[in-house]
Amino acid sequence: MAAPTPSPSPAAGERRVPRKGRLRQREKVQIPEDVGPIATRRLSKRYGDLVAVDNLDLDVRAGEIFGLLGQNGAGKTTTILMLLGLTEPSAGVARVVGFDPTRRPLEVKRRVGYLPDNVGFYDGMTGRENLRYTARLNGITGPSAEARIEAVLEQVGMTDRADTRVDTYSRGMLQRLGIADALVKDPSVLILDEPTTAIDPIGVIEILDMLRTLVHERGLAILLSSHLLAQVQSVCDRVGIFAAGKLIGVGTVPELAAQFGEERGHIEVGFEGVDRSQYRATTKTLRSIAGVSDVHEPARAGEPFVLMTTERDDTSAVREAVLAAAAAKGLRLSSIREVVPSLDDIYRRALHAKGLAVTRGAAA
Amino acid sequence: MTVTAASEPVAAAPASTAPETDRVRLRPGWITIAAKEFADHLLSVRLYVLLIVLGIAALIPLYFAAEQIRSVAANASITPAVFLYLFQLSPEGVPILRVDLWVGISAPLLGVAFAFDAVNGERHEGTLPRLLSQPIHRDDVINGKFAAGLAAISTALFAVVLVISGVGLLRLGIVPASSEIIRVALWLLTTILYVAFWLAFGLLLSVVIRRAATSALVAFGTWLFVAVPFFGPFLISFISGVLAPDDPNARHLIGQVLPSTLYSDISSVILNPTVQTTSRAVTTSQYLQAQSFFPDSALSVTQSLILIWPPIVVLFGLTVGCFALAYVRFMRQEVRA
Repeated sequence: MAAPTPSPSPAAGERRVPRKGRLRQREKVQIPEDVGPIATRRLSKRYGDLVAVDNLDLDVRAGEIFGLLGQNGAGKTTTILMLLGLTEPSAGVARVVGFDPTRRPLEVKRRVGYLPDNVGFYDGMTGRENLRYTARLNGITGPSAEARIEAVLEQVGMTDRADTRVDTYSRGMLQRLGIADALVKDPSVLILDEPTTAIDPIGVIEILDMLRTLVHERGLAILLSSHLLAQVQSVCDRVGIFAAGKLIGVGTVPELAAQFGEERGHIEVGFEGVDRSQYRATTKTLRSIAGVSDVHEPARAGEPFVLMTTERDDTSAVREAVLAAAAAKGLRLSSIREVVPSLDDIYRRALHAKGLAVTRGAAA
Repeated sequence: MTVTAASEPVAAAPASTAPETDRVRLRPGWITIAAKEFADHLLSVRLYVLLIVLGIAALIPLYFAAEQIRSVAANASITPAVFLYLFQLSPEGVPILRVDLWVGISAPLLGVAFAFDAVNGERHEGTLPRLLSQPIHRDDVINGKFAAGLAAISTALFAVVLVISGVGLLRLGIVPASSEIIRVALWLLTTILYVAFWLAFGLLLSVVIRRAATSALVAFGTWLFVAVPFFGPFLISFISGVLAPDDPNARHLIGQVLPSTLYSDISSVILNPTVQTTSRAVTTSQYLQAQSFFPDSALSVTQSLILIWPPIVVLFGLTVGCFALAYVRFMRQEVRA
């Protein structure tokens, strides 16, 4: 059985196991007791020759939203199913809310709310009846169940449609009911598989806001997977970039930008009342600032100038110099901000850096 | 020792963990699932079809054969088991509308109808991953659905038996003897076992076949060739012809393991005390003749039970086999489509 004290550390050197030893390494991998709500060590899943998840080490901390980002077929859903004990890992271990999901799936499922990809409900029943069924399966019945259902419906903004049949719901409403369904059991961890797919942009913002609120109010840990990188960039505390079953980068978006981003930093500077005739002079002024390597003029009136800095990490000196220069030239500044590279860019660079091609049309 | 360590709340997320006392499980998951499925069945089109089909079984023979049974009832004092005759009565010229035959044909269809989409339907609706992510064992899903289907059909069958007995009692004045009540109860139980076999078969199809429409077609085809008397012999001839063309016993042997043959043997022995072998072919006139000429040759309930014990065991074995196969396949199946 699991030893009470973990092995010193799953050292990096130990990870290169010989091929023949890979099949039955499950017992050897240990996971410390004091990890966060979700942790995996060398978790792997193979379907025949296909490696869906390859030696995954994942850590999600309490009170954070962790985004698992990757293309379709990168192994996100397989990972999630292993975390819930719905699929057995080929090797490695997971620890979710303190339990091994393979050995004690019920303990895990009692404490983890799960929104599956393309969530479905029983068509003939109302939203409330569907939630009541879930509550009952979790051993919550009677008045406490009704109160709980009312509360989660309120939380996802579905109170007024709760008593109509599910087959009249839109995709976005199903998704929100799905989150309510995951919350009914009062989980300490939420796992959401593609929560924003097939939802209109406003719906996405609403759902992401809701997730933020949940984390703030209840200290939940949330693991969400998505292939729509830009959408979830704003809401995730940390992201893991997932490709071909491997986690090729983990961290906050700026950290990943530092790891996989461009060599140079970007600063956007907007001016009031600068028209096309003044562009050349302004560009000249900006370029003369120390630390600026290049300046792009706005393509259309009203858009900001973009400055490339020679240093990537610290652009504050450059920004101060821009302020000073603007004051000296009598230019009225309307905006100045550092541009964080988009997750799409980071993702592409990360794949490139790891020698993985961006493939299209892989099966989910 | 490891158990104590594991059952403590996670150190990293103590604030968000709800009090454990709220999570006491009151009943196992399969009962919750069965309750929901049973409620669904009560409102479903299938139940109405079931009631209509079994209603035909109950009422039409009684209605058309009322005259016939009056003449039988006139001799009731000397014929034993005239109450059982209520279940073997058919209108003149329509032998298939005999309660026991009709139930023997329709029960399999009803059994598969209540189960053919049990698992693949959930898969299609996208509710399966959500259901399985609740704190239930995976087999709870199959057990619950099986129990719900069996409960729905059993209730309907029980009602039919009550209606037939009631009509016999009130309109025709036929009072059952205690041994007849036992026989009818046994017939009901074995019929439920027969339905259970077909439910398990439907469940197996719903696990193995991904599309509900396909599994419905397979189920219907199987029913047609196994359970319908007109087509049944074709299947037996076909199988025995392929396996052992020269062996006259093969035909008989294959017939012996077909659930429909098993059931019709069981049914005829239970409902007719004078049937002393499990080979069938009892016509109404044969039946009456047998009863009036050899009243002493009637078997006791125990004797009949001994006679049908082997087919009951085989039928039970087939049911368990089907269910176990469905169970194993479902346990090993991937959750997603």
